[in-house]
Amino acid sequence: MIGVELVKLARRPRSWVSILLLCALPTLVAVFVAVTHLAPPPGQGPALLSAVLSSGALFPAAALAIVLPVFLPVAVAVVAGDSIAGEAGSGTLRYLLARPVGRTRLLVAKLVALVVYTLAAVALVTGTAYLTGIMLFGAQPVAATPSGLTTSNLAAGATTLSGTAMSPTEIALRTLGAVSFIVVSMLGVGAIALFLSTVTDSALGAALGALAALVTSEVLVTLNAASAVDPYLPTRYWLAWIDFFREPIVWRNIERGFAVQGVYVVVFLGAAWAHFATKDITS
Amino acid sequence: MIVTRALTKRYGRLLVVDQVDLDVREGDRYGFLGPNGSGKTTVVRMLLGLVYATSGEITVMGRPVPKRVSEVLPSIGSLVEGPSAYGHLSGRANLALIDAAGKAGSRRTRRRRIGTALERAGLAGVDSRPVKRYSLGMRQRLGLAAALLRSPRLLILDEPTNGLDPQGIREIRDLLAELNAAGTTVFMSSHQLAEVEQLCTRVGIVDRGRLVKQDDLAAMRAPTGRAIVRTPDPDRAVAVLDGQVDHRDADRLLVADADTAAINARLVAAGVRVSEITAERRSLEDVVLSVTGTGSDHFGGPGPVPRTESRGTS
Repeated sequence: MIGVELVKLARRPRSWVSILLLCALPTLVAVFVAVTHLAPPPGQGPALLSAVLSSGALFPAAALAIVLPVFLPVAVAVVAGDSIAGEAGSGTLRYLLARPVGRTRLLVAKLVALVVYTLAAVALVTGTAYLTGIMLFGAQPVAATPSGLTTSNLAAGATTLSGTAMSPTEIALRTLGAVSFIVVSMLGVGAIALFLSTVTDSALGAALGALAALVTSEVLVTLNAASAVDPYLPTRYWLAWIDFFREPIVWRNIERGFAVQGVYVVVFLGAAWAHFATKDITS
Repeated sequence: MIVTRALTKRYGRLLVVDQVDLDVREGDRYGFLGPNGSGKTTVVRMLLGLVYATSGEITVMGRPVPKRVSEVLPSIGSLVEGPSAYGHLSGRANLALIDAAGKAGSRRTRRRRIGTALERAGLAGVDSRPVKRYSLGMRQRLGLAAALLRSPRLLILDEPTNGLDPQGIREIRDLLAELNAAGTTVFMSSHQLAEVEQLCTRVGIVDRGRLVKQDDLAAMRAPTGRAIVRTPDPDRAVAVLDGQVDHRDADRLLVADADTAAINARLVAAGVRVSEITAERRSLEDVVLSVTGTGSDHFGGPGPVPRTESRGTS
């Protein structure tokens, strides 16, 4: 059944169009920055973008920072929201279950397809961004400092910076860490959308519901009055992956981020399973 | 094959299926008749384990449903509330996905299975256009092909001829009769009286969630004890039959005597020409109208009675 779901995912034009668009946006940003040489000053604009002009090897991380706030969660929520509700809406759910495909098995297969989609999306964004980055900006060595990233250009010399120079392997490893953190964060979104997908027969409703949860969380994160719930909000630690590019790596928020997303994934998948397994299929 | 005991389903306060005792025997061609919204589809969904009963028991091929439904589903082909498929894929690709889902046969024989199923459903020559460009009839055939993929022992079909033209309806009827002759039990729900009358050997009539009658079609259509006579000389025939004519409608007489041979002999002896003489039988429509009572205006079918969509939970 997992194979069937992967085939469905791969043969669906929407999967590829959404990933293509996800890759296109950072490329567009890169082209503008490369043509004008006007990177946003550090601390403004998408994270890490300011450092990109001096080293293209950092662009994958910058690209992830560009798609993370809106486009990636939207894509994941749409795919996850479609998983059960889409089958219900098109009337194919009843035929799958009467095949028979066990309800738990179907849910697991959908989840695997969702993980594969998220991995593919993040990996392809990272890959294309690496290629554009190297092509447009070159690959100079970079230094990481406790406050973030600094580039060790030749004029300043490595000695004037408190950070240590990062080798390409190290950048790759840190990017890998960031990628896994982002994938897990997206699975938190996906789990919420998947649960809603078992509740409603409208794929759109499930996707929008998950996005509404994210927007709510974003609003509460900025609100001092909501500081009591702050550590438990799904988007609270979303940007913690930037800590992978500090020297030394600051693990505190990264660990908390993994933990919070883990709880969301477990709770919402459990709820999805409990609801779907006992539900009357009337679609 | 299918036995239910006091099968009941409520959605909140709405009673959709009420104490239904179905009995479908092996080899039956069972017609499950009822107006739209009478609970047919809900019963079908419960038989397949899609909807859980509020109370009552279901046994399909000797296994309790929904507890052990996964053991019998592989030998059931089903069509529930219209066919459905992934619109952006071709018919073959859709069948391949359905075939690969669940406990399918071997991958090597998949192409052959799909070919056979398409051929049986009358889609053998179908091109690779996506299903969203299929006509309603083609979709219906594709749905049937999906139901036939595994050479099922039991077919549970909800309105199988929906959307087909008269020729297609006939083809499907012949196909179902042929499958039945080869040992497949057919359980089909319909609101088309004529369709059930032509295909089925056994009929269950459901009205507002209750099974109001269940019997062999032959028993339901028992002779009424009257004969229908057609003659070019109706006036003379009435005189010969002397008071036995219950009703006269131009050249068609309704005679209160079951013995058609005797009537014929009397008429011919008196020199009255007889063009047709048969024993009157109750039509399925009469039976349905008599058992569904005030709900009869919900019925579709060949008669002049308009079909009204009632209550939205079909």
